[in-house]
Amino acid sequence: MVKRLVSFPAAVLVVAVLVSGCGGSKKSTSQPSGNKGGTLITLANAAPSGSPDPQVNYTLQEWQFLIITHDGLVGFAHAGGKQGTKLVPDLATSIPSPTNGGKTWKFTLRSGIKFSNGQTLTGKDVKATFERLFKIGDSPNAGTWYNAIQGGDACVKTPKSCDLSKGIVVNGNTVTFHLAKPDAEFLDQLALPFAFILPASTPAKNLNIPPPGTGPYKWVEYAPTKEMKVVRNPYFKEWSKDAQPAGNPDTIVQKFGLSVESEVTQVENGQADFLANSDQIPADRLNELSNKHASQVHIQTLTATYYFALNTRIPPFNNLKARQAVNYAADRNALVKIYGGPKLNTPTCQVLPPQFPGYTAYCPYTKNPGSGKWTAPDLAKAKQLVQQSGTKGATVKVNTDTTPADKSLGEYFITLLNSLGYNAKPQFLSNSIQYPFIQNSKNKVEFAFSDWFQDYPAASDFLNILLGCGSFHPNSDSSPNIAAFCNKGIQAKMDQASTTGVTDPTAANHIWAQVDHEVTDQAPWVAMFNPKQLNLVSPRLKGYLWSPQWYLLLDQASVK
Amino acid sequence: MAEFAFGPDEDVVLAPGEAAQQIAGKSPWRLAGRRLARDRVALGAFALFLLIFLVCLSAPLYAHHLAHTVVFGSNLNGTTTVNGKTVQVIQQGGGKLGIGENPIGPTWHANYFIGSDTTGRDVMARVLYGGRVSLGIGIGSAAICCLFAMVLALLAGFFRGATDAVLSRVMDLIWAFPVYLLAISLATVLLSQTHPIINPASLWIPTLIIAIVYIPYVYRPVRGQVLSTREKEYVEAAVSQGASNRRLMFNEILPNILSTVIVLFPLMIATTILTESALSFLGIGVQSPHASWGTIIQDGQDLLYTRPWVAIAPGIMIVLTVLSLNVLGDGLRDALDPRAKIRAKE
Repeated sequence: MVKRLVSFPAAVLVVAVLVSGCGGSKKSTSQPSGNKGGTLITLANAAPSGSPDPQVNYTLQEWQFLIITHDGLVGFAHAGGKQGTKLVPDLATSIPSPTNGGKTWKFTLRSGIKFSNGQTLTGKDVKATFERLFKIGDSPNAGTWYNAIQGGDACVKTPKSCDLSKGIVVNGNTVTFHLAKPDAEFLDQLALPFAFILPASTPAKNLNIPPPGTGPYKWVEYAPTKEMKVVRNPYFKEWSKDAQPAGNPDTIVQKFGLSVESEVTQVENGQADFLANSDQIPADRLNELSNKHASQVHIQTLTATYYFALNTRIPPFNNLKARQAVNYAADRNALVKIYGGPKLNTPTCQVLPPQFPGYTAYCPYTKNPGSGKWTAPDLAKAKQLVQQSGTKGATVKVNTDTTPADKSLGEYFITLLNSLGYNAKPQFLSNSIQYPFIQNSKNKVEFAFSDWFQDYPAASDFLNILLGCGSFHPNSDSSPNIAAFCNKGIQAKMDQASTTGVTDPTAANHIWAQVDHEVTDQAPWVAMFNPKQLNLVSPRLKGYLWSPQWYLLLDQASVK
Repeated sequence: MAEFAFGPDEDVVLAPGEAAQQIAGKSPWRLAGRRLARDRVALGAFALFLLIFLVCLSAPLYAHHLAHTVVFGSNLNGTTTVNGKTVQVIQQGGGKLGIGENPIGPTWHANYFIGSDTTGRDVMARVLYGGRVSLGIGIGSAAICCLFAMVLALLAGFFRGATDAVLSRVMDLIWAFPVYLLAISLATVLLSQTHPIINPASLWIPTLIIAIVYIPYVYRPVRGQVLSTREKEYVEAAVSQGASNRRLMFNEILPNILSTVIVLFPLMIATTILTESALSFLGIGVQSPHASWGTIIQDGQDLLYTRPWVAIAPGIMIVLTVLSLNVLGDGLRDALDPRAKIRAKE
C-alpha cells in the first residue's frame, strides 16, 4: 500500500513505477546483456525495515531480491522500459481471462518447477501460500487486497483457522480462484511478493530469512546488522525468459551499515556496484557525480507524487477557496529546487503521475492555465481567494518529518502561508512517527507532507487509496486519506471506474482521468512534483536494466 | 604594631600567592572578586563570552542594516548582488547531468558573508540569530536548573528524613535516565502535542526540558554542601538563639552554599548550550522558524563537501562559547574556593 522513499521506515524503499514512453533514461534498455559469474555488491545504510518474511516485508529494497528468489503465478515482465510493467505468466502457463463476471480465475501450473530445497511445486503449495498469508497475522494487505478471495474475510477475522477451500480450488495442476466480488487489480496483486508461492511446509510465522522459492537464486544470509545474500539456486531451470530469466552474477550481496557519504564514495571508486538508498544521496554530492561520474549515473522517471495534504474537515482548509489559494500560490519551481532541481523532479498539480494509467496532463493552478503544465505561481489570485474565503489569520500547523529536504519543504510553506495571511507554525516530527501521526484525524493536522509511490500501475492505487471515502478512518493511525477528503460524486465515479476495469481497462482509465481532474479541482492536496530516481552504479557494472516496477534488475547486471 | 586590627583566622586558606595580611578583614565575596580580578585567563574567557554575547545581540543590526538579507523565511528563488552583479542565491548544478542545486558560497561581503543554506537564507545572519537563541536557552535553562536544584537541595539537606528521601529518590530517578535519552523522549512527546496551549515552536520547550534533565547534576553537590553546612557551629549558634527554619535556611545556610552554585552556573550554561545544540541538531530542540547553532549545523550536514561554512561557523561559535564558559567556571571556582585548587594540586 504505502511506499515512502525516505520518510516512513515501514516502507522505506517500497516503490514501483511506470516509466516514461520508452523506459525513462536513454541508457535503459530492455535487452539484458553481460557475462555470468562474479559477485554483485550492493550497499544500503540499513537492512530493509520490518520482517524479512516475503508475505510481510513491504520495502522495494527487499523486493528487489525477492523477485529473483521467488515467483508468483503471474509476474511483471523481467524487462526494462514500459515492457517491465506488463503482466506475464510466471508459474502459471498463461494469464487466464476471468469468468463468472470477473469472479473466477483459473490458472494452470507449469510442471517440473522445483523450489530451492528440491521440492516440486504443486497446487497445494499455492493454496497453502495464500492461507499462510492470512495465518501469519501481519501481512499488510491481507485485509485490503487478498480478502477478495472467498473465505478471505473470515480468515482476516480468525487468521489461525484460515481455510480457503472455497476460494482456492486445486485440481491436479489447475488452481481456481473464486473471488467474493470482481477485482480488476487481482492479477497485479498476484504479481507482488506477498503472493509469491512458498512451499506448503513453510511455517505460518514470521521467518528470519525468506523461505525457499522457485527463482534463479536462493537466500543464504539475512543478517540485519551486516548483510543479506543470495546465491544461485541449483534447482532452477529457466522456463520463461520474460518472467524469470537466469541471472548473471553468481552471488548478489547487500551490505549494511555505511553512511550514505561512504556508500557514494565506494560506488564511485568501484568498491561496490550499486547504491540501494540512492534517494538519500546528500545534495552536495550531486555536483560531484554530475562532473566526475556522469557515466555511472542513470536517471529514471518514477511514478510517484510528492504532496501536502490539506485537511478538508477542519478550518481553514475545509474551505475550498482556501485550498485552491494555496495551490495557486505554491511555487513548484522553488519546491523542485529542494529535491535536487528540475533534472530530478517535474512540477505537477494533479494526483496521478505522468505516463500512469488514467493520466492526462491537467493543471488549473498556474499562471496561464490550459496547457496542462505548471508554469508559474499566481499569487494575486491566491490572495484574492484567501480574502474571499474569510480564512485569513487562521492558524495552520505545517507538518513534515525531520528529513532535511522535507523540513525545507515545510519551511517554504510556512513562509508562503504567512505571506498569504495565515498564522503558520511548524510541526516537524521524527520520521518514525510522522506518517502515522498525520493519518490520525484526532491530531488535527491542517497541512501535512507526504508522498506516494505506486504498488502496481493502476490509477486506483493513487486515487481510491489516497482520496477515496473508504480510505478515511477517523482516529486511526492507518488512514491513508490524510486530507480526510470524501466527495460522494467523485467516489461514485471511482466505483464506476473500478467496476468497468474488470472488463474494459481502457474505458476505466478514461473515467479515472476524469476523477483525477475533478479531485484536482477540489484541491485536497497541494501536489508538488513527480520525482526521478538517480541510480549510481560502479564503473564495472554492465547490463544496467531498469524496470519501472522493480527498478534496477540486480540479476541482469553483469560484474564479470 | 600590626597593620590590621584583626588578623586572619588561623584556619583560613590562602589562594596561591596570597598573603595573610592581604585578606584580613575582607568579606569572602570581596576576596573572591580580588582573586578573580587577578586571574587573567578567566577574565579573558569572560571577555570572549561577553563579546560573543554582544555580537549575537546585534544580529538584527547585521541582518537588517548591513546585509539586508533573509534570515527566517525560505528564499529559494531569491537573488543577491555580488560585485555589482545580480546572482541567484540557489544556483542550478552544472556538469554533464546538471543535477543538484547549489546554495551561493561565501561572498565575503556583507550579504551572504559565509554563503547561504539550502533554502537560500543568509548563514551569517542565522548564526548570529541562532546565537541569541542558543545563549538564551543555555542561560535560561542553566538558571532554572540551578534555582530549582538549589531550593530542592536546601529543603532536602535541611529537613533530611522523609523530605530528603523523597526528593533524593526523585533526583535519582531522573539521574537514572541517560540525559539525552530523557531529553529526546520529553521533546518528542511535547513536540507532537496538539494541545492549543503547547506551541511546538516555543523556545520554552527546549529550555524547560534541558533544565529538568540537569537538575540532579546540580542538586547532588549542593545537597551535600547543605548537609555539611547545617552542622557548622554558626548554624548551631543560630539554633540556640531560637532562629526559625526559614532564617536558618535563607540567612545562615544559603549564603554559604551560594558559592558552589555560582561556580556551577557557568559550567551548566556550557553544558546546556551543548545539549541544546545536540537536541536541535537531532531536530527535537529549537524548531523553525527559530534558528540555533544546532539547527544550523543540521542544515549544513548535507552541504559539508561544497559549503562547509554552513556547519563550521556555528560549530566554531559553540566551541568558543563553551570554552570561555568552562575557563570562566574554573576561574570562579579558584576565586570562591581556593581550597579546591590546593586540593587539586595535592
